[in-house]
Amino acid sequence: MSAAVAAPARTRLTHLQRLEAESIHIFRETVAETENPVMLYSIGKDSSVLLHLALKAFAPGRLPFPLMHIDTTWKFREMIAFRDSRVKELGLDLIVHTNQDGLAKGIGPVSHGSEVHTDVMKTQALRQALDKHKFDAAFGGARRDEEASRAKERIVSLRNGQHRWDPKRQRAEPWHLYNFKKRRGESFRVFPLSNWTELDIWLYIEQEKIPIVPLYFAAERPVVERDGQLIMVDDDRFPLEAGETPQMRQVRFRTLGCYPLTGAVESPAASLPEIIGETLAARTSERQGRVIDKDGAGAMERKKQEGYF
Amino acid sequence: MTIHQSPEAFGYDAFLRAHQSKEVLRFITCGSVDDGKSTLIGRLLHDTKQIFDDQVTALQRDSRKHGTQGGEVDLALLVDGLQAEREQGITIDVAYRFFSTEARSFIVADTPGHEQYTRNMATGASTADVAVILVDARQGLTRQTRRHALLVSLLGIHRVVLAINKMDLIGWSQNRFDEIVAGFASFAAPLNFAEVRAIPLSAKNGDNVVLPGAAAPWYDGVPLLRYLEEVPVKSEERAAAFRLPVQWVNRPNSDFRGFSGLIASGSVVPGDRVTVAPSGKSSTVARIFTADGDLPRASEGQSVTLVLADEIDASRGAVIATADAPLTLTDRIEVRLFWAAESELAVGAELWAKVGTQVVNARIAAIHRRIDPETGQAGATDRLAVNDIGDVTLQLDRQIAVDPYLENRDTGSLILIDRETTDTAALGLIQASAVPAKTEAPPAATATTPEPARSGGLLAGIKRLFGG
Repeated sequence: MSAAVAAPARTRLTHLQRLEAESIHIFRETVAETENPVMLYSIGKDSSVLLHLALKAFAPGRLPFPLMHIDTTWKFREMIAFRDSRVKELGLDLIVHTNQDGLAKGIGPVSHGSEVHTDVMKTQALRQALDKHKFDAAFGGARRDEEASRAKERIVSLRNGQHRWDPKRQRAEPWHLYNFKKRRGESFRVFPLSNWTELDIWLYIEQEKIPIVPLYFAAERPVVERDGQLIMVDDDRFPLEAGETPQMRQVRFRTLGCYPLTGAVESPAASLPEIIGETLAARTSERQGRVIDKDGAGAMERKKQEGYF
Repeated sequence: MTIHQSPEAFGYDAFLRAHQSKEVLRFITCGSVDDGKSTLIGRLLHDTKQIFDDQVTALQRDSRKHGTQGGEVDLALLVDGLQAEREQGITIDVAYRFFSTEARSFIVADTPGHEQYTRNMATGASTADVAVILVDARQGLTRQTRRHALLVSLLGIHRVVLAINKMDLIGWSQNRFDEIVAGFASFAAPLNFAEVRAIPLSAKNGDNVVLPGAAAPWYDGVPLLRYLEEVPVKSEERAAAFRLPVQWVNRPNSDFRGFSGLIASGSVVPGDRVTVAPSGKSSTVARIFTADGDLPRASEGQSVTLVLADEIDASRGAVIATADAPLTLTDRIEVRLFWAAESELAVGAELWAKVGTQVVNARIAAIHRRIDPETGQAGATDRLAVNDIGDVTLQLDRQIAVDPYLENRDTGSLILIDRETTDTAALGLIQASAVPAKTEAPPAATATTPEPARSGGLLAGIKRLFGG
């Protein structure tokens, strides 16, 4: 978008332009002040926006860091296909990491439940990968509006040598000044989308025509109901009850994760304007569809302290 | 009413463009422990429909467990995020909240009124356009109200809403409201606020927050939200010289060499003469590159990459500025510090200073005075303790380019970093550059050093600070 074109004496920046500029600034600060940054790429809409902003920040140059996907092996197949096509199209450097111990032990969301699966295949896997590659900063797409404990997360968040987050040792972040000094072994999580809301993300995706995984758009998909959630049966690993057959329903996803842990919503919204309209009229938050957040009050805060993103 | 309409009501396209062209207002809320600040923010979120059904369900559950409203839904729990806070019933840290209406998007910095309030409030205020200062109508103005108003003023916020809350508990007494407003006006007179807007409200019931309150027919002003939708944002109100702190030199190949950064102030068009600090070399802007194509003009708040006409040397930490109004180059600066570390600061301390996009070594050359945030008086001291505000001289190990804070928030601010803990130890407002480089003359001997404020106290100091 060319902001200044129509502007006479003074440019009035839109909310989205300011958010974009702030995110780009965060990317550049981090790359300039850390030695070995990486971008965590989860394939979802927030990651799509994050990648788009990163490409803008360093254009016309290439991305000065790799992408890393923590693959639990339970992502929707369409997500993996989308990931691979984006990487190829943009010529990106992608690292895929799976917790091999967890895989060998057969840890999964169906057999072990969301809490164990998330801990082993996501949190532990992330720690393994960060240690293995010695990354000292990892960009993530988390937003402060997602969940109460995220509202107090810093843009540049210090983690100790065990990747733990200490809410009491949070650094002040005034103006646009980010402190990238750290002690040996410590690292940063950096959240360029901190100040974006779900609505902002959708408006920006529409404005910038950013490609996203088709699962966000409504289509007929095979689903079953589990604990009030509509779960899409994406492969034959999902245990159906005796006599149960998946129903074809018009559904879409507001967030994407491991398919057995991600609830679909019934919706006719098959275009971005329709999705945005639904988002505004929505009566449930997007995390409603995430089984992981319901592991008890303060669940996210605890997971974050343990090193979950 | 300005709450979101359904897109069907006026067409998807118009609806999208309206939302995509909205501006943002950033504001800070400040108040004492029981002024109802979290409830007010909860009310703004709730009444602008940012709260979803599943969150309301969680809220009802939590209200029974932790609520302070006797089983009624406690809106404060919407914003008291951390488990530790819920258990203690207090807000520990700065939290950011988001809501939007048809007119604007809002980013709220919610800061606690007690512990570490100096650091947290300063952080929240540093990027805010407006401050909402809460007062409990029953308590009236407290020491905290005065502290908060002073801090907000020091950080350069010019517009204040005096939100007089809990009006329902005093029967919406106009006399009481007028009394509080008058008290604040006389206290705040020297603080150089461009506007103080007093609004009587009840966050708990919602009167005059989003919708007008029927309970106070004598109040003919707008509700808080309407005010926030209409108040000018800060950047519209100032015309400052062009400054771009260089973050990153973008040189993907021999044909392209650009200087990337976020424009701190002013605007730029191709053809403008610019000077690069600290080298002092001048050139002309050849292109304003962005990933979306070159811009004919860019201004404060935009992240761009400038290509200059001449091959001049500039690296991260440099500041590209209009040639007409270059920054001050100095290695010795007078700074008002908000000291945030648990350890005491003494003369001779060595820290890192991050100023704009560069980190330099800094030594505390002198500590001039400590400012009492309650009485507003400045007193001589040679130490600063946690939460103290004080004026110091910093000696840097190299020359840097700065502006006074009140002229430019981004080129006039810094953080100090503890070299051992690597924590952010202080927030600093650059008041003036001291004596020229490489001399060790005492700051009191220079004209640019603010004189000790003993005679006039803090208010005189603030007047000087605001050039009043």
